[in-house]
Amino acid sequence: MQKELIRLEHISKSFDGQMVLDDLELNIHENEFVTLLGPSGCGKTTTLRILGGFVQPDAGKVIFDARDITGMPPNKRQLNTVFQKYALFTHMTIAENIAFGLKIKKKSKSYIDDKIKYALKLVNLEGYGSRMPDSLSGGQQQRIAIARAIVNEPKVLLLDEPLGALDLKLRQEMQYELIRMKNELGITFVYVTHDQEEALTMSDTIVVMNQGYIQQIGSPESIYNEPENAFVADFIGDSNIIAATMIEDKCVEILGTRFACVDTGFGTRKPVDVVIRPEDVELVPPENGTITGVVTHLIFKGVHYEMEVMANGFEWLVHSTVLSPVGKEVGLRVDPFNIQIMNKPESEDEEAVALEL
Amino acid sequence: MKRNKTMTITQKIYVALIFIFLYAPIVTLIVLSFNASKTRAKWGGFTLKWYVSLLQDETILDALGTTLLIAFLSALTAAVIGTIACIAMSGMKRRSRAVLMGITNIPMLNADIVTGISLMLLFISLGFRFGFGTILLSHITFNIPYVILSVLPRMKQLNPSVYEAALDLGASPLFAFFKVTLPDLMPGILSGFLMAFTMSLDDFIITHFTKGSGLNTLSTKIYTEVRKGIKPEMYALSTIIFVTVLVLLILVNITPEKAQKENI
Repeated sequence: MQKELIRLEHISKSFDGQMVLDDLELNIHENEFVTLLGPSGCGKTTTLRILGGFVQPDAGKVIFDARDITGMPPNKRQLNTVFQKYALFTHMTIAENIAFGLKIKKKSKSYIDDKIKYALKLVNLEGYGSRMPDSLSGGQQQRIAIARAIVNEPKVLLLDEPLGALDLKLRQEMQYELIRMKNELGITFVYVTHDQEEALTMSDTIVVMNQGYIQQIGSPESIYNEPENAFVADFIGDSNIIAATMIEDKCVEILGTRFACVDTGFGTRKPVDVVIRPEDVELVPPENGTITGVVTHLIFKGVHYEMEVMANGFEWLVHSTVLSPVGKEVGLRVDPFNIQIMNKPESEDEEAVALEL
Repeated sequence: MKRNKTMTITQKIYVALIFIFLYAPIVTLIVLSFNASKTRAKWGGFTLKWYVSLLQDETILDALGTTLLIAFLSALTAAVIGTIACIAMSGMKRRSRAVLMGITNIPMLNADIVTGISLMLLFISLGFRFGFGTILLSHITFNIPYVILSVLPRMKQLNPSVYEAALDLGASPLFAFFKVTLPDLMPGILSGFLMAFTMSLDDFIITHFTKGSGLNTLSTKIYTEVRKGIKPEMYALSTIIFVTVLVLLILVNITPEKAQKENI
């Protein structure tokens, strides 16, 4: 693991009596791509603004490179932000925009010129230096905003939903560009988004947030395959979330039928939630299935068919490349490895989260 | 079809009538200012002599100088104060901002004569000596609302991230304001300044009550001259004032439009 660069300690923040962040703890390492992911109002943007210095936490500390920077104003911090709506200086040329931070640092003219050239090349907009921001498309403006931030050689780049205003195609292109830039520059990215696909594509680490709490921290794979609670499971992709009973280690009773699984240590006869991803539900002939059901809905999604199967009183979401027509009786089978067991929510807050789904 | 045609004709006549009512007096004034004959009843041929003699009259030139100086200084001061007020107001909660907006609007809606007399009384009770200073103060007072009115909407359009981006890149709050926020506000400030300048040029009543004796602006000068008997030079002077105000108003209306286009 790389060296730790940022540590948020016991951060709390409320606006007008409304709790936005509650005792938040987060470590970010050098050269890591960290994504704060969650629905709007989950506190992800506030966390980013606390890092940038635009919001002061009510309690807690921001440690940066082993120094407490909690009270430091934004202009003194060694990190730069890419804002949601680009925030370019419209009355300056692209080159002047990029040079803004360097001029304040009193760098030499030749140094600044070199940096502008380098940055424009990095974001694939060579020769745009003398244009005005208004003459550029949204995607181009956003790339200039990134160029303007990185010429200052920050240790950390904060990005607040930078691709939110772009169309799908452009967004996907920019995702690859961002990964490339991160690898080329070797700096830490802290990225805020509500788009789970974006988070899964780009991140080294995903921090799933809801209602001011961190729900789960982990790699994209672990977040997707082993969600710790129903909120994470539901927020990251489609899933079947079913209340179940853990009979004993490696055996769970789902909707009255016993399934083999691989999880241990949940106790015996204990209520739990299970998550089964729709692509992990196999449709087999009725006699081969663990349980049987009837296909009730069918939609063609391009890569796969999306089907709903009524079985044991639950509507199972199933993704499969093989079509099963509506009304057909099918058997359902799930590989033990693909049954993810989660503890029932304990706190009231988590309960509220689960109920909202 | 026929019905339509009569409709458009009626419409055109109606509009023409409105314009005649609105502009007939001014057109009369402008025509008379070029009239060679001294009586108003007769057209004696085209001349510029009233303009020439106007420019040779030192008291009028003095009044013109005072007017321009007061208009410029009061508009400038009002632009600075008004802009600062807008910055403060944009940081307020919606409710207190609405209340403050209402209060700043009162001087604009208030009858000039009330504003004039009350300012006069205030200056007397404070023991001020009437003259250039008191005119300037009162002009600044009634000009501030016009600046606020044109700067505040501009302020609301600002993207707050732009100022934050400047801070983020290492700018101090003051530097960020002058380098980033102020240029964005400039079209609003400029049109507020021009509006204030026009209002100041235009004002007679408030100036009349706060000027004291000895000092005249153009409008008070015309008033005193007219009381002595109307001289054609005054037509020329009024024409010049009208044209100036017209040009300024056109400028005020063009600047924000242009700025908006730049934004898109």
